[in-house]
Amino acid sequence: MDVVMLSRLQFAVAVFFHFIFVPLTLGLSVILVWMETRYAATGDEFWKRQVKFWGRLFLINFTLGVVTGITLEFQFGTNWSRYSEYVGDIFGSLLAIEATVAFFLESTFIAVWHFGWDRLSRKAHCACMWFVAIASNTSALWIILANGFMQHPVGYTLNQAAGRAELANFWDVILNGYAWGQYVHTILASWALGGFFVLGVSAWHLLRKSHTDFFRRAFRMVAPYTLILALALALSGHEQGMNVARHQPVKLAAMEAQWQTMSRAPFYLFVWPDPANETNSVEFLGIPGLMSWISHGSADAEVRGLLDYPASDRPPVAEVFWCFRGMVALGGIFVLLALAAFWQRKRESVCPHLLTALVWNIPLPYIGLALGWAVAEIGRQPWIVYGLMRTSDAVSPVPAGSVSLSLAAFIVVYSVLGILDIYLLRKYALKGPDAREA
Amino acid sequence: MLETIWFVLWTLLWAVYFVLDGFDLGLGALLPGIARTEEERRIVYNASGPFWDGNEVWLIAAGGVTFAAFPRVYAVMFSALYAPLLLLLFALIFRAVSYEFRNKVDSPAWRAVWDWVHFLSNLAACVLLGVFFANLFMGIPIDADGIYHGNLLGLLNIYGLAGGLFFLAVFMMHGAIWLTIKSRGELQTKALAAAGVCWVAVAVLLLVFLALTFFCTDIFANYLRMPWLIVLPVLAVAALLMVPRLLNAGKLWTAWGASALFIVCVAFFGVMGIYPNMLISSMDPQATLTAFNSASTTLTLEIMLGVALVMVPIVLLYQFWMYRLFSRPVTPDDLESDHAY
Repeated sequence: MDVVMLSRLQFAVAVFFHFIFVPLTLGLSVILVWMETRYAATGDEFWKRQVKFWGRLFLINFTLGVVTGITLEFQFGTNWSRYSEYVGDIFGSLLAIEATVAFFLESTFIAVWHFGWDRLSRKAHCACMWFVAIASNTSALWIILANGFMQHPVGYTLNQAAGRAELANFWDVILNGYAWGQYVHTILASWALGGFFVLGVSAWHLLRKSHTDFFRRAFRMVAPYTLILALALALSGHEQGMNVARHQPVKLAAMEAQWQTMSRAPFYLFVWPDPANETNSVEFLGIPGLMSWISHGSADAEVRGLLDYPASDRPPVAEVFWCFRGMVALGGIFVLLALAAFWQRKRESVCPHLLTALVWNIPLPYIGLALGWAVAEIGRQPWIVYGLMRTSDAVSPVPAGSVSLSLAAFIVVYSVLGILDIYLLRKYALKGPDAREA
Repeated sequence: MLETIWFVLWTLLWAVYFVLDGFDLGLGALLPGIARTEEERRIVYNASGPFWDGNEVWLIAAGGVTFAAFPRVYAVMFSALYAPLLLLLFALIFRAVSYEFRNKVDSPAWRAVWDWVHFLSNLAACVLLGVFFANLFMGIPIDADGIYHGNLLGLLNIYGLAGGLFFLAVFMMHGAIWLTIKSRGELQTKALAAAGVCWVAVAVLLLVFLALTFFCTDIFANYLRMPWLIVLPVLAVAALLMVPRLLNAGKLWTAWGASALFIVCVAFFGVMGIYPNMLISSMDPQATLTAFNSASTTLTLEIMLGVALVMVPIVLLYQFWMYRLFSRPVTPDDLESDHAY
């Protein structure tokens, strides 16, 4: 394998592993804020127990999110130095702002929150969780603004002499509509993941009738919230799809395996893309005009096809297509499950089949998020900065041997850490609230 | 001018990082040397428990600022020093996880494994930072295209190794002093003794490192050009000489402050010594990256300066508040609580 492919693989390993931890941090932080605010406001010890139980899982998850994030900051320099040099003027400042504005706040106050139970008043302690939640969700904003620049570069000029893109208008960069669409979709997905995580763990205990009151109330609290998020997620996904159609038509064409440009384009429920022959071998159950409507909000709109672009400018169609279909299918499952949970939330005993489904559902939002990012990132290929710089021109001048070695090291280390983390999360999730907290 | 301001700020970020993360890295490297019982080990972990995460962010900030203000330096530095940086990264990952995982399973074998991980990862991080900076002071074989013509072993030259050992001794001293603040009784006595031993090591290695600096680098040339910079090494030596006196007088916080001042002055001494160079090429002077040929645009530097001038004081303020909140020694009661490491 050449150094480009190895570096891409390494980045994929680093970023997907990082994104196992980030969404739960984002999602649980909001739920913890909610629970702890109830505790701070009422002094009801029940909510303190809830905060302590979910907070422990939050902390186990948080540490790995932090350290795997450092990897990413290093990776741009170690493996994508040509890219870093080319866009550092813009991209680098977004990362630096993220560290100073958000990451410090998050890392400092999570420790105050963790160790400060006996040293702070109820309200001050609760304020720390507010800071953590605001900071983590702000942190995600700066990172996605940086990613948004790679997807839809704005606010720059090209300096041919210096061979780099330079900042022209900072406001354009931070008000990048594409990036905000991406941010809203990612945040909603992460919050929904948090909701499903709480529902899933609660369901496990409810099935076994352990700590029933404790978990029934968590379940009741989170079910409506998760339903709202699952619905908003679908809406924001639709919005973002239109953003993609507007700014990255070739990515959209790959997501939908749309080869021909046409107006009133149909949406086929069953499609099997055949990239080798630049066509689809199966197109079944078409709904006329739906693709045009999904992409541009009008059933008559023209949808650009892949064949409009030279093959060298197209992303890998099958990967993008299947990841996108997978994500959408999961989004549908989330809406149905959240609806069912909402429907049954007040029952004395929730239907055990639903509880079992919610337990098995715990990993699915993670997969959904990973698929979504795969669509965004693989769909951007062959560009590292859409339309500006090709991924193959962005890689560091390091020997392939070094990257093979580091890739192997990442795979080994991350596998070990991932297994240990899941083991500990599972252990503490199944253990239930501590006797001291009960 | 803007480039110079950013060069100084860049140095400052590294200096703050060394002061803050320095003590918890050094303390981790001291773990097996100083803690014999399970309770002592847990006090060592909890002495830096609330702090290490916030401290580590200074490294992210320093890295982020390198990327934002000097993209070319960031690009070439990180790709040229690929192996040591990834080793540092793995060390930092393991040390973070060792804090979080150690006390999560009630088994002596599990804890023993994480104690080893904690010790080795902190030790490695201290040494790697030293090797890294010594090689920056000396210069590395990069060509005009930013391509590195060396390998990991090339970085482990005599000067690089001296830098690694020097950083290790400094951080261990800094960590031992921190432990005198955060512990009482027998462990505190051991921490005081360790600080004394480390101090001697620092003094010896400082002389060795300075002598090698004279032979291996051009740092002293800057001091001939800008003689007022001499205040940095003078202040450093003065601060270092104050450390044992303050420790003997029982002024632990002041001793830690003196140790911190020593670290800041040493960092500025080295980095200002190569100004305006940031990444010196040992192959081709034309390929050397400076604050001027690698900086971002004026617009970016101005925006970032605004952000830094507002945010860095705020961060320092709330981190200071947090240090005060957790300034008391770790007690057995603290270890009893369900949230201790």
